[in-house]
Amino acid sequence: MAHPKRKISKARRDKRRAHQAISEVTLAKCSNCGAFHKYHNACPECGYYRGRQVISINN
Amino acid sequence: MRHRVKGKGLSRTPAHRKATFRALTKALVKEHRIVTTVTKAKELRRFVEPLITRSKEDNNLNRKEVFSALQDKETVKSLFAEVGPAAGDRPGGYTRVIKIGHRQGDGAEMAVIELVDFNDVQPEAKETKKKKTRRAGKSSTKKATAPAAIEEVAVDNEAENVVEPIENASESNSVTESTKNIIETLEMNDDSAGEFSQKDSDEE
Ligand SMILES: [Zn+2]
Repeated sequence: MAHPKRKISKARRDKRRAHQAISEVTLAKCSNCGAFHKYHNACPECGYYRGRQVISINN
Repeated sequence: MRHRVKGKGLSRTPAHRKATFRALTKALVKEHRIVTTVTKAKELRRFVEPLITRSKEDNNLNRKEVFSALQDKETVKSLFAEVGPAAGDRPGGYTRVIKIGHRQGDGAEMAVIELVDFNDVQPEAKETKKKKTRRAGKSSTKKATAPAAIEEVAVDNEAENVVEPIENASESNSVTESTKNIIETLEMNDDSAGEFSQKDSDEE
């Protein structure tokens, strides 16, 4: 069976991972309560989506 | 080749998948809005929408076809009695899926799936207020005057809703900003508000 001939150096490993960063999530401001929410998602604070109460948040 | 790419397997056998969709449909027809995972919600559309189209016209063949898909008399009954007629001339798109964030536990992305014809008119009175307050120039809180305005606006706001849901939605967006505080004071204690709170369909 095939095997790696050399151990991958830390530098080489880390260089590979240089491009694997996860980008930040873009957030929008809720038009109802002003909290931040993900795009295309109901607001987690007030439960509004596009000017409508979509789900009730009890707290 | 894109053979066998259509639809999602949901990590289930065909029989299990069918059972899942039947259960979800049963819940959706009964409750008009249910909470489930985004994937299931989106897949459910492919299952329910043709059935609702069938149930717009009440005849033996349609009933037979719908029953064969659901195997549940009560659901078929209410499909043809309520859901079908409510759909009216709507050319498909009877359901709406709205993402509501992630489930604690397994982190699955959750969504509300609802029947458009039963959720178009806002369930809460608080949604239908504003307008008056907006004209007052975004002066955030006027708790004294606002409640009076609510009743006035309620009717014509509803009418708009049916005709142009999208435009109305954005309209109320800008308005909600100003009336945020009022909403808070009026609270969520309408019956209707709590109604769909935890209708977490246990879909299995
Ligand atoms: Zn909000």
